[in-house]
Amino acid sequence: MNQIVTLAHGSGGRMTFELVEKVFRRHFQSSLLEQGDDAAVFRMPEGRTAFTTDSFVITPIFFPGGNIGKLAVCGTVNDLAAMGAKPLYLSCGFILEEGLPLEELERITASMAETAREAGVMLVTGDTKVVQRGAVDKIFINTSGIGNIPDGIELSGSNAHPGDCVIVTGTIGEHGSCILQEREELNLHGPIHSDCAPLNGLTGSLLAQIPGVHVMRDPTRGGIATTLNEIAIQSHVGIQLHEEEIPVLPEVEGLCELLGMDPLYMANEGKMLILLPQQQTEAAMALLQQHPLGRTARVIGKVIEENPGKVYMKTRTGGKRIVDMLSGEQLPRIC
Amino acid sequence: MVDYRKDFRDPRYFEKAEAELKKYQGRPLVLMEVCGTHTMAIFQYGIRDLLPEGIRLVSGPGCPVCVTPVGYMDAAIQLASDPRVTLTTFGDMLRIPGSNSSLALEKAAGADIRIVYSPLDAVMLAENSQDRQVVFLSVGFETTTPVTALALRQAKEKKLSNFHVLTANKTMPSAMEMLAQQGRIDGFLLPGHVCAISGLNEYEVLAEKHGIPGVATGFEPLDLLQALLMLSRLAEAREGRVINQYARVVRPEGNKKAKEIVRQVFEVCDAQWRGLGRIPDSGLRLRKEYEAFDAWKYFKLEPEQGKEPEGCLCGQVLMGNLKPGECPLFGTACTPESPVGACMVSYEGTCAAYYKYGGAL
Repeated sequence: MNQIVTLAHGSGGRMTFELVEKVFRRHFQSSLLEQGDDAAVFRMPEGRTAFTTDSFVITPIFFPGGNIGKLAVCGTVNDLAAMGAKPLYLSCGFILEEGLPLEELERITASMAETAREAGVMLVTGDTKVVQRGAVDKIFINTSGIGNIPDGIELSGSNAHPGDCVIVTGTIGEHGSCILQEREELNLHGPIHSDCAPLNGLTGSLLAQIPGVHVMRDPTRGGIATTLNEIAIQSHVGIQLHEEEIPVLPEVEGLCELLGMDPLYMANEGKMLILLPQQQTEAAMALLQQHPLGRTARVIGKVIEENPGKVYMKTRTGGKRIVDMLSGEQLPRIC
Repeated sequence: MVDYRKDFRDPRYFEKAEAELKKYQGRPLVLMEVCGTHTMAIFQYGIRDLLPEGIRLVSGPGCPVCVTPVGYMDAAIQLASDPRVTLTTFGDMLRIPGSNSSLALEKAAGADIRIVYSPLDAVMLAENSQDRQVVFLSVGFETTTPVTALALRQAKEKKLSNFHVLTANKTMPSAMEMLAQQGRIDGFLLPGHVCAISGLNEYEVLAEKHGIPGVATGFEPLDLLQALLMLSRLAEAREGRVINQYARVVRPEGNKKAKEIVRQVFEVCDAQWRGLGRIPDSGLRLRKEYEAFDAWKYFKLEPEQGKEPEGCLCGQVLMGNLKPGECPLFGTACTPESPVGACMVSYEGTCAAYYKYGGAL
């Protein structure tokens, strides 16, 4: 094979076949993928089905802690996990830029396969297109995922109740900070790693043992601030946070301060926000903190009746401030 | 060992200052924070909540982007439409509205506009892209100008012919002189990083002349609370002097090296401040030795034209005469997503800070 992806790889002929064989099928090792039909066919377990999709266009495509492929698996797995679903099957559509080194595509695919194995999901169907130089930025990936929600689990952003505690499963802002750090234009190179990880093991174990969880959501773009605002609006409740309790790594704090960013608004790709009744919180925290992906979990606030649709925060100084939704992009400070 | 991340935010240290501040019983005071980052920090830490009734804190014009005139943005947009030009800019400039458009809109429409963290990155870009005319949008106060001067010195040393700057750099003291003359302010929180560069002398002169005290302070809760306490006492007694509360960063003589670099590259001129009008001796332009890098000359641009949008009261807000909430456009026609004036769009803009942090509180 050539060393780079060419338009011929996307033409549907022999070269496409070879690409799928030698790169995708080889790494994904999926029995359903091996069937090679136009669609994957399988039975779904009894109960409700959750279905989600996400597209990934991140740049740079390789970053400390992960790559676009790993992200593509985690993002979709975590959206299913947030609904209380056991993730089962993924689809994957690749749009490749002519000239993408095959070695990079292999690395990305291998990483996706490894992450899928870790999450216990199977990739069952996919598609590959190649477009000419400049039409996409190296590689864009879409993944869709399907999962099964056991009976008795009712999670929704509209389900928050006054009195609920707000838990975050770990330190915030690492993925967003990592990407910022890596972007050439800013020319900073530091030790921040993306927190990209599949959370279904953590959440599955939580839901199996702690009844009555009301809301789970993964705070990706816009950070925990934006996600909590969404929940506050959906549930018509207020949310009160305590600044002292919000876990942030020192290096993330440092980078954000330097650039004038706020960790509350930086993306996370391996964290979950959990809103649940106060009585269940202690047990939930004990469980989370035992899991490798939940060691830095903290209770960061609570749901209240007042100021519905708004999130505010008690600051370290004992003052109060509003935590609004992210408006536009966060941009680096000048002075 | 002081932990610079934690100790200045440790309630144990600032609770005392807070308690003392709350005891204030003197005449009503209007204190102004001049620096945009102070505006943000005060909000972020909820400092306003902690002020006693007799002390009112207003926000001044220390946001370099907010005071950049509409005409400058129009010139920048004009440059962006030149196919030879790669426009480099601080990110905060992107959403500032010009007369008809913004750099963000132009970028979306295909203009070659790049965000840089530092003007030195723009010089590097010019070196690596000989086929492009790289222009840097040079705005900023005393804190930012030295690095721009350094970038220009580098460009001169490298004999670059494809690097230019569009200058709108400004200095604080003349603007503060104007604010002091208005007689409505009892004390200034002095901009910590500006003072780190310029030193305290100009502010001491100002304080003595008008009997209006100033306290140079940093950006942590402890800094702000302690500075407000100090300032309230000085202001109540009408003591026209300056205290350096930020002594760990600010030396009375400032940063001599930085000042020298600026002197080599820039000279003083009058400047147009959005909302405040023309303020003499408040701006900086390139010296003759550096005029080859002057984008105004090279691209034959007309500075300082452009009208402000109808109903925009940014100027009044910048002078501390109006609270953002008192502007009829605030939160309705003027929001961060669709700003009418720069006060709403800039990261440090007073209205943006009120919108983001003040909200329903």
